[in-house]
Amino acid sequence: MSKKVLMQGNQAVAEAALVAGMKVCAGYPITPASEVVEILSRKLPAYGGRFIQMEDEIASIGVIIGASAAGKKAITATSGPGFSLMQELLGYAAMVEIPIVIYNAQRVGPSTGGATKPQQADIMQTKWGSHGESPRIALCPSSVEEAYKLTITAFNLSEKYMVPVVILADEILAHIRESINIPESDSVEIINRRTDVLPQEEYLPYKVDNTGIPILPPLGGGYRYNISGMIHGDNGIPNLAPEIIDYCIQRINSKLKKYYNDIVMIEKMEEENSKIAVLAYGSTARPAKGAVRMAIEKGIKVDFIRPITIWPFPEREVREIACRVDKILVPEMNFEGQVAGLVKQSIEGEAEVVQLNKISGLPFYVEEIYHQIIKINKGEK
Amino acid sequence: MSKLDKYLRLDQFPHFACSGCGHGIALASMIRAIDKLGLDQNTTIMVCAIGCAGRLPVYLNFPSIRTPHGRALTIATGIKLATPKLKVIVFMGDGDAAAIGGNHLIHSARRNIDMTAIIAINEIYGMTGGQYAPTTKSGHFASTAPFGMIEPQMDACKLVEAAGATFVARGDIYHVIELDRLISKAISHKGFSVVEVLTNCPTQFGRRNKNSKPSEMIKNIKEMTITKKQAEQLSKEELEHILLRGILVDKECPEYIEEYDRITNFKEEASLK
Repeated sequence: MSKKVLMQGNQAVAEAALVAGMKVCAGYPITPASEVVEILSRKLPAYGGRFIQMEDEIASIGVIIGASAAGKKAITATSGPGFSLMQELLGYAAMVEIPIVIYNAQRVGPSTGGATKPQQADIMQTKWGSHGESPRIALCPSSVEEAYKLTITAFNLSEKYMVPVVILADEILAHIRESINIPESDSVEIINRRTDVLPQEEYLPYKVDNTGIPILPPLGGGYRYNISGMIHGDNGIPNLAPEIIDYCIQRINSKLKKYYNDIVMIEKMEEENSKIAVLAYGSTARPAKGAVRMAIEKGIKVDFIRPITIWPFPEREVREIACRVDKILVPEMNFEGQVAGLVKQSIEGEAEVVQLNKISGLPFYVEEIYHQIIKINKGEK
Repeated sequence: MSKLDKYLRLDQFPHFACSGCGHGIALASMIRAIDKLGLDQNTTIMVCAIGCAGRLPVYLNFPSIRTPHGRALTIATGIKLATPKLKVIVFMGDGDAAAIGGNHLIHSARRNIDMTAIIAINEIYGMTGGQYAPTTKSGHFASTAPFGMIEPQMDACKLVEAAGATFVARGDIYHVIELDRLISKAISHKGFSVVEVLTNCPTQFGRRNKNSKPSEMIKNIKEMTITKKQAEQLSKEELEHILLRGILVDKECPEYIEEYDRITNFKEEASLK
């Protein structure tokens, strides 16, 4: 039996992390994410875990990487300015394949921006904010219940694929309170990283089997190997031979590709013979869905697609819709149209992309998106 | 075959360090201390970061983790929070400890988590080509201080003492037997312990400062410090520019994780509720 609870978005993330088996949380205070660390500082010890408030966000992500290298699931929670500071070690975690979960409640940027206002402008930073190229998974919840569910998914994906996972929420979701269904903890699937390692004499930390995912036993658990952010071969020791550089970068950046179907999640509503689609994510997806319903009630056929996984981007699913419709409307709370750009890249001209950007720190209203659909339908956009 | 060979990843040799580099003396001292204390090689974790000092622990046969520049202490903190029973030793150079990682050093000292930081000070960024460090003495030359160092030299021992470190010692690569003892005491100390080791860099520092002969440099290092006992004979003014050697701080304070577990009533394998 699941139970119904009134919960804030940040609280859902904290509660779900405990259910996922997270044992170390480190953080630095920042609006609008602070409730996550406040709740975990209170609750973690009773769950056999430890919380620490560090001197900055760099140290916070450092702590969770260290804790995870020692075998414990770990999380940090932050917002734009802190997320910017974490980029260095986010790339490191991806490079050394230590699983971590970062919760980023996006707020208005750039710089200090606006701490209590929502934005969706860290999409590109999540994937490309760190130097070089390395893999990430990013999930965009659009309700408190989904924030709960996706936090557990984030830990599962992170452990399964030995990769950092970012929960990319926004200020609206962070602070909104909703009644949600909490599943019975026995019914929740919890995935832990593999431990079926070869004996020490044969063990090489980054020699992968056909899964493509390395097995890294906890530091101090009996295996003596080296973890290094420098280019390394199977043995984990720095090595700048051209073939090793090539192999190392190729391997970490391709390892998620064959798991696309397991990682990429979307929600969609399809109408027969529709010519318009609306693509929205995170908090914006809710007024967008409302606008689509309103249009359908008025007899305008509109498809709706919501990427739940934003990295890797659901390019196959988006392309499939683009092949059916003429125009795709992408409302998002940023200036450039960061996801609109990803849509264009995915659909290679199969449909026209219409941007609707809002940067005032106010959420989208159903009517704003609805009017845009009407304009597109009339051929005015 | 030396009895200390078991502590080395011999298949990784030859190492990258220049001839005449003093870092190896510091590292060997640490290994002797570990051997003397009989630490378990599987549960003693080497944490290091970037630079010459930052790369050396990779040659040691322990579980090891090498982090981005300056972040070693943050990763070490995470390892301790996850598994407090592990011995964690962080080996750093001037940049890792005193510059890019300076904030982490201050707060690690203040927090007092049971681990040991060994800081090899050679006044220079050797790996990147001899740029000046916060620990470069005023007037010395570096590739980015071609007219001489203007900034005053940082005293990392005073810094961590002020921040609250519960064990602080300074040794050097001339007084090696003393250094073995200092590192051994630091590792045995309950709480955050720091050992600064004065070492030499003939290639990048010596060459620019008219003294690249390793033996001469080591002799200079010998003259750089005095013991606390010797210091008693000197006036306050005379002491101002002299570094003290030996154990500078040794006090008992509550260790962070023990305190945390006590006040939070922490239980290791508590089940979900």
